[in-house]
Amino acid sequence: MKLLTHNLLSSHVRGVGPRGFPLRLQATEVRINPVEFNPTFVARMIPKVEWAALLEAANTLHLAEVPTEPVEGYECDEAFLRKMHHVLLEVEVLEGTLQCPESGRLFPISRGIPNMLLSDEESES
Amino acid sequence: MASRGGRPEHCGPAELFYDENEARKYVRNSRMIDVQTKMAGRALELLYLPEGQPCFLLDIGCGSGLSGDHLSDEGHYWVGIDISPAMLDAALDRETQGDLFLGDMGQGIPFKPGSFDGCISISAVQWLCSSNKKSDIPAKRLLCFFSSLYSVLVRGARAVLQLYPENSEQLELITTQATRAGFTGGVVVDYPNSTKAKKFYLCLFSGPVTVLPKGLSENPDEDEASESRFTNTRVPFRLERRSLVRKSRAWVLEKKERHRRQGKEVRPDTRYTGRKRKPRF
Repeated sequence: MKLLTHNLLSSHVRGVGPRGFPLRLQATEVRINPVEFNPTFVARMIPKVEWAALLEAANTLHLAEVPTEPVEGYECDEAFLRKMHHVLLEVEVLEGTLQCPESGRLFPISRGIPNMLLSDEESES
Repeated sequence: MASRGGRPEHCGPAELFYDENEARKYVRNSRMIDVQTKMAGRALELLYLPEGQPCFLLDIGCGSGLSGDHLSDEGHYWVGIDISPAMLDAALDRETQGDLFLGDMGQGIPFKPGSFDGCISISAVQWLCSSNKKSDIPAKRLLCFFSSLYSVLVRGARAVLQLYPENSEQLELITTQATRAGFTGGVVVDYPNSTKAKKFYLCLFSGPVTVLPKGLSENPDEDEASESRFTNTRVPFRLERRSLVRKSRAWVLEKKERHRRQGKEVRPDTRYTGRKRKPRF
């Protein structure tokens, strides 16, 4: 699971709503995966990034060189975009857990795939 | 496994049907791969994404990642969700580029609002119509799915869902729930006259009403429209129907016309329509 995806994930446990974001990340195995750099895509994703959640996740994974906020004119700043590309798309969590901040429910991550299946009582439907 | 000529949904839940054997077919069988890739291509075409721009897409029922690979080939980034662990394992073995999730689409899509630029689904949504537990109500699961899908899409984004509806009632249930969730759009049917090639694509728009694309057919000169439009607008009925006496012939004709507008199957109007029957009726 990439950090970009983690930044957009929100818990869908019944009754939690917007308080289900962000999911607290705990990782026991992380891998760095080289991914082709696409500056257009990274620039488009920057406005969607929730910075507090990203910094918290990056701290848990002990990542270095994480920008703390979007730089002015980031669309043209290649160094900034490359750093963001590395943090968002190249860091992969293979084993760990995600915790819903409101209900405390744990979602395990195995082989990079989070298990988001809810039981009958927990799901809205 | 599915009985001869029967539908896989009738044999049990999706996570059990898509086991290792089935997953192997989606990895090895070249015809399967070909069909899935073609449908993914058509769905992406119907999505009408802006040219040359890499987008962040959602693949519902991504399975072994066949459709996702097509998205990656076109330069997009994607996240896939599937309920079968065996299919996701196959996707891992194929080293797909998108992020994968083990999840049930009927429970909702666990993402923040406005996360995705678009969504595709290949041969997955019809599984929501069968219920395998006492607590499963298809209509409720469909509504939960469509509401959360509407939320996680960016305003104005589209979702193109290729599916195999069992019958017109099932298709109507699906489209009704999609409309209740706030979507507009309709069903595009490719090759409506061929039993093998016929494919249904449910095109949903989360923004203002736009024109529905035409379905493909063997005869390009055919004018017939095989889509029915579903919109959120209500036909103002107070003005039209206030003057009509209930059960009169005019009332019956107006009701049939209303049903035709909704896309339902209606018998043609003849001189017997709304005719006064003998007293024994």
